[in-house]
Amino acid sequence: MLEVQNLSMRFGGLLAVDQVSVDVREHEIVSIIGPNGAGKTTVFNCISGFYKPTGGKILFQGQEIQGKPDYKISRLGMVRTFQHVRLFSKMTVVENLLVAQHRHLNTNLLAGLLKTPDYREREKKSLERARYWLDRVGLLEMANWEAGNLAYGQQRRLEIARCMVTEPQLLMLDEPAAGLNPAETKELDQLIVSLKEDYNVSVLLIEHDMSLVMGISDRINVINQGRPLASGTPEEIRQNDDVIKAYLGEA
Amino acid sequence: MAAHNLKHALFCAIITIIIAYPILGLNLVAQGTSVALEGATTATVINVFLAAVAVFLFQLFRDSIMGVFGKVPNLNPMAKRGPISQERRLLMERVFFVAIILLALVWPFIVSRGAVDLATLVLIYIMLALGLNVVVGLAGLLDLGYVAFYAVGAYTFALLSQYFGISFWLALPIGALLAALFGFVLGFPVLRLRGDYLAIVTLGFGEIIRILLNNWTTLTGGPNGIGGIPDPTLFGMEFGRRVKEEGNVSFHETFGIAYSGEHKVIFLYLIALVLAVFTLLVIRRFMRMPVGRAWEALREDEIAARSLGMSRTAVKLSAFTIGAFFAGFAGTVFASKQGFISPESFVFLESAIILAIVVLGGMGSQVGVILAAIAVTILPELAREFSEYRMLIFGAAMVLMMVWRPQGLLPMRRIQIELKEQG
Ligand SMILES: Nc1ncnc2c1ncn2[C@@H]1O[C@H](COP(=O)(O)OP(=O)(O)OP(=O)(O)O)[C@@H](O)[C@H]1O
Ligand SMILES: [Mg+2]
Repeated sequence: MLEVQNLSMRFGGLLAVDQVSVDVREHEIVSIIGPNGAGKTTVFNCISGFYKPTGGKILFQGQEIQGKPDYKISRLGMVRTFQHVRLFSKMTVVENLLVAQHRHLNTNLLAGLLKTPDYREREKKSLERARYWLDRVGLLEMANWEAGNLAYGQQRRLEIARCMVTEPQLLMLDEPAAGLNPAETKELDQLIVSLKEDYNVSVLLIEHDMSLVMGISDRINVINQGRPLASGTPEEIRQNDDVIKAYLGEA
Repeated sequence: MAAHNLKHALFCAIITIIIAYPILGLNLVAQGTSVALEGATTATVINVFLAAVAVFLFQLFRDSIMGVFGKVPNLNPMAKRGPISQERRLLMERVFFVAIILLALVWPFIVSRGAVDLATLVLIYIMLALGLNVVVGLAGLLDLGYVAFYAVGAYTFALLSQYFGISFWLALPIGALLAALFGFVLGFPVLRLRGDYLAIVTLGFGEIIRILLNNWTTLTGGPNGIGGIPDPTLFGMEFGRRVKEEGNVSFHETFGIAYSGEHKVIFLYLIALVLAVFTLLVIRRFMRMPVGRAWEALREDEIAARSLGMSRTAVKLSAFTIGAFFAGFAGTVFASKQGFISPESFVFLESAIILAIVVLGGMGSQVGVILAAIAVTILPELAREFSEYRMLIFGAAMVLMMVWRPQGLLPMRRIQIELKEQG
């Protein structure tokens, strides 16, 4: 589904990502791990089009996407969350989900002014979809709250719901467990697995929480100082000497 | 702290002298065929010096003076009220709109002709400000050349009537659509720019349009402008004493009443009122439509919006185009009201005033913008004796406003979409 081949990203003199390859197949959860500053978020930014990679290829569903504008990449069915939650904090929770569905809505200005049947129908459907996902992530009661007033863990879940209403094929999560307590992390763990099992999305995950990563990943890529260090199943990674030295040993 | 203040205050005082002395003190005097420079009179020198002292003292005690200002809002009984529910707020807004529209409807029949004329101007400014509010307040794009679209609307009507004899009612949509087209075409390359750059480019565009109108004499008549712009008709009835156009009848004869110049003024006022209400309602509806949410999302967090597949250019372009559309509307009404237009009416100051209305009213807030449009248009008329100091007062009001209520008179409150209980 997603193939990243020899991706490189240079910021002036700093080679933040150096020849990294990642690949995500249908129905898979793949993780990227590595110490702070390893270049994980930069890989995400390149894939999602926020940065234009300085080298390498990115293919999504067989189509080359490197260097395409971010919003076009997102429309192909690949959405992401952010390491630091980025909600529309002055909008309500449900409005956050409506904004995300702008592609499902009738955005014709005249249709909206005249409230044509098609316009109403689509608006109703997106409200229903929003309701469904709010229920799914346990935020239905807060639907009319301002998003900025949610607790941190709730904001994280809303961000995931906001991705899901766009009906993506690939979901990219940047440290979704950061700042969550153990109970919330457990819920998140179940949510991610269910996204894969019940909604058939593939997940590309950046995470520092080792138990989460080891528990749900089908495969793991380790990068260190921008360079790929190892990749394989959780079992292989756990036993990889380089990884233990560079990363696990440190923690 | 004190030493720092002293230095700063001295600096400001010196700047005051450097700026004020040559501007106020030095005079160019014509002596026969040549021009001579004359030094300042003693009185001017003393005044400039006093001004510098005032600036010095203000800057020296600035913190305590501003502190006093900071305390003032507490005197405002409204300041401490808690948030009110959206339903009540919308109800209050609706009551406000209905009340003001009712007042506007009876207005022309209870006041003098001059007051009706002024009210028409207020309505034109309300249209302009509501339109610019979309661009600046809702989409967050600083447009300093908004008057250009106003000019496009006005000149479209003037030129169409002059060359093709097209009437007001046909020119109204054409003018608005052409202005929107201008907005679209200009916005396309320009909206890639951010913040200050966008402001400068739009400023330049506004000037280009004005200079073009000034210099393309064969088409626009240049600085002489275009006159003889026809008044609107009511189902083919003209409001003049004599019918100008073949096939039309005159209003006063049809109804068998005596001719009065007031009929025309009132009719034009009512047209402006209908268009202003139309503008208000359409934009209000936009704010709750996907396009309105997109403006807001992009303004709040552009990166998140883009990550959800929103095209920055498309969304901003829609705001720019819609804003331009309503400016074109207002321009057509303006041309018809004046009967004569020239580039003089579309100078940068005009853009600045419309922007000031939006900022004073509270960006994004329709009620605030309407109140500010009324205040900014009417106050200078009431204080005619001070007309020389108009810009000074205007500037002072802006500065005070920024100190007091940087969020504007009535800051915007969002209209939220609520997810109802499943029933
Ligand atoms: N826009 C940028 N300009 C310059 N340097 C950057 C930029 N973005 C990231 N970097 C650098 O690239 C390196 C990798 O950063 P990145 O954010 O990808 O790390 P990370 O693996 O996500 O770390 P963390 O676990 O702390 O989130 C860092 O040294 C960072 O300073
Ligand atoms: Mg990171």
